[in-house]
Amino acid sequence: MSKEHVDMNVPVIEMRNIVKRFGDFVANDGINLTVHKGEIHAILGENGAGKSTLMNQLYGLLKPTSGDILVKGQKIDMNTPRDAIEAGIGMVHQHFMLVQPFTVTENIVLGTEPVKGIKLDMATARKNVVDISQRYGLSIDPDARIEDISVGMQQRVEILKALYRGADILILDEPTSSLTPQEIEELIGIMHNLTADGKSIILITHKLKEIKESADFCTIIRMGKYIDTVDVDSVDENDLASMMVGRKVTFQVDKPEQAPGKVILDVRDLHGVDYRGVEILKGLNLQVHAGEIVGIAGIDGNGQTELVEILTGLRKGTRGDATVNGVSIFNKSPDFGFIHGVSSIPADRQKHGLVLDFSIEDNLILQNYERNPFSRKGFLQRTPIFSHASQSISQFDIRPAGSEKRPAGTLSGGNQQKVIIAREVQNDKDLLIAVNPTRGLDVGAIEYVHKYIVHQRNKGKAVLLVSFELDEIMSLSDVIDVIFDGKIVCSIPGREANENDLGLMMAGGKKE
Amino acid sequence: MTKKKGLLDFVAETTFIHILFSIILGFAVGAVFLAVMGLSIGEAYGRLVSSVTSLKGFTYVVVYSVPYIVAGLSVAFSFKTGVFNIGAEGQFVMGSIAAACVGILFGNLPKILLIPMCFAAAMAAGALWGIIVAFLKTKWGINEVLSMIMFNWIAFYLSNFIAGIPAIHSDGNAEATKNISSNASMLFSKEFTKSAGLAPTFNWGFIIAIVITILVWLVIEKTTLGYELKAVGANRHAAEYGGINVNRSILTALAISGALAGLAGSLQLMGMGNRISVFSSQEGFGFAGIVVALMGCSNPFGVLIAGVFYGALIYGGSKLNLVGAPTQLINVIVGTVVFFISISVIFRNLKYLKKTKATGTKSGEAAK
Repeated sequence: MSKEHVDMNVPVIEMRNIVKRFGDFVANDGINLTVHKGEIHAILGENGAGKSTLMNQLYGLLKPTSGDILVKGQKIDMNTPRDAIEAGIGMVHQHFMLVQPFTVTENIVLGTEPVKGIKLDMATARKNVVDISQRYGLSIDPDARIEDISVGMQQRVEILKALYRGADILILDEPTSSLTPQEIEELIGIMHNLTADGKSIILITHKLKEIKESADFCTIIRMGKYIDTVDVDSVDENDLASMMVGRKVTFQVDKPEQAPGKVILDVRDLHGVDYRGVEILKGLNLQVHAGEIVGIAGIDGNGQTELVEILTGLRKGTRGDATVNGVSIFNKSPDFGFIHGVSSIPADRQKHGLVLDFSIEDNLILQNYERNPFSRKGFLQRTPIFSHASQSISQFDIRPAGSEKRPAGTLSGGNQQKVIIAREVQNDKDLLIAVNPTRGLDVGAIEYVHKYIVHQRNKGKAVLLVSFELDEIMSLSDVIDVIFDGKIVCSIPGREANENDLGLMMAGGKKE
Repeated sequence: MTKKKGLLDFVAETTFIHILFSIILGFAVGAVFLAVMGLSIGEAYGRLVSSVTSLKGFTYVVVYSVPYIVAGLSVAFSFKTGVFNIGAEGQFVMGSIAAACVGILFGNLPKILLIPMCFAAAMAAGALWGIIVAFLKTKWGINEVLSMIMFNWIAFYLSNFIAGIPAIHSDGNAEATKNISSNASMLFSKEFTKSAGLAPTFNWGFIIAIVITILVWLVIEKTTLGYELKAVGANRHAAEYGGINVNRSILTALAISGALAGLAGSLQLMGMGNRISVFSSQEGFGFAGIVVALMGCSNPFGVLIAGVFYGALIYGGSKLNLVGAPTQLINVIVGTVVFFISISVIFRNLKYLKKTKATGTKSGEAAK
């Protein structure tokens, strides 16, 4: 990538030897970071490596224990985000901070609204917003309410919010974690527009592909320590991955050939409606055999969500049937499905997967708290519950170790997912449904999750994988079923798939 | 964190300290009122303390505190399970009138039979009041807070109606029920309380309150039922996903909470009241339960302590007129304490707001 837009003589951010301690825990241990004008600088690290801590110090949310922060050559004491904003730093958080019932314009100008006398001057506000959005190619609808717009547009609103406040250094925290592939491409385009205009961008991420596609330089942090800063052009994804996790990472999933067994999941002529009552599943047929991973590829909104909700008992279907080992689980309770062989890794781990206020040990028994040995005569048996948790934590490498009694909400995203994986893999049901199982995880954790999904398949379990990551579908699936408009439109062997054909079929086209 | 902790951080982070802080503020506000009225703060508060620290005074406090503790447990239990039982007032009233009916109509039965029967009737009546509301909520999605407030009034008028039925109504001129049979009374013998220098109304209720406290703690912390109800309270989506029947849990939680409030009503009747008056306004034991649950951080043992404290305020407050201070002062203090506890959110957010007000980062959360 050419670096002509980067002005190497003008450092806009210099963080020198930053140390941040929380009690005995050292979150950042001597980190250096220099960002120049017009540069996209990626910060790469595993979940919990200290990336967010570092950025929170730059944004004034935390104070460094020691070390200096210089913005545009001036040493600045960041006490509050206001200091950061005044210095021209804007931050777009991973979880958006938008007022849902307000319009796009209202959200962008919130706190700095133009006024006419004592009245809000919404006309001027709207004009200003439209001006900036056109200047950087951030397409938005200034009058739409946040609750009605897509995640991608919400993110553009967040970026505009920062730009509106005069930011010329943008921190983007995991900006792509909830975007579709098309939206990611669009975002990278926007980032390049911004740097061409002399803005600088700090990109916090653990997605190597995006770093290669967008960033100029990359600083790697591992377990709070500064590892290196590299020119992105001089390294490949494997180099970045090994620097990040400190060992060689294999992207290739080791999956022995095996003949599928009997039918485990059989979905016949399934019909169902979405939350608005509109028919979204229109006679879907699907089979998953023992020892087989079936991947569902499709664009969001074609019925995948409803399919999974019906299979896990959270939603009633209108017609059709779904059986597991011959027993109908159609329109039964979640517990009925569980007893008859369904386990699942839900799409939204914080909403469906975990009770965040509960400890790890309690989350690990979510479906089994009423069963032996975790309870007897209605009383929870703390000793087996604890030892089950200890064993799970070590077997599934849930970090930090010794966190049996810690609330699940205090873990990093990757480790929360490991808790769910530990629970569902140990439930060891004939059918495992995994929905976007690696969303928001770093490569180390992804490798790990994939390993366990394949492990279940190798053990002869049926796996239904629903994912928006085509790479994931293609590398794991034995069979890929493409879902379009509430039906499976084609079913192809995983090794024969290629991205172009799949993309075409997902959009409703026919394979030539 | 290496950052120096301010008083604000300290108060915001420690629930117990926060509550203590609120109590002190409550008394400080009370002191201002005393000063404005030209009364001696030392004398008034001195009287408050001395009236509850003597043996006799303390046993009075204990007697007073029993219904507050058990009503507090009722509300605390509902908090733990994610519903807000603002209907404890109505359940309390239903419990006490049910116990009164049994205590009057079956007065000939022996103590050993009659007392458990009164408790059972009270708990059933309270539970029924809770279940109806839970049913309306789970079946038709009717907001439980609204229906509970309505049911408080239904209980109020129903109790007055029942108290007027000839079989129940007092034979004399009193606008009240008959006295319950002495076989339904939990009072210690007169000779015992007199010789030991205890309050004459000292009764078994306190022992029962302690037992109930332990039982509630056991259910919440140690049983699968508690696990289930807490899971639904903390994240009903995950609970449902995990196979827990959410609607059944809400019904169970409100039934238990209602039964506890009903039991509190019977304890008040059988320990102290002896009969149910025709009310002209809501007595407020159930509402006091909300205060006690808040002060006790919804922890059963915290509720036990908070209930005794509340009982002390009410009993001690009744002695304030001896020094010329109005009894209502105690309501001012209690009100202030509750106010500061309930705005704990503000304490917690104050330092956060200081940090983030410039960015508006809080706005997204606030909108949820």
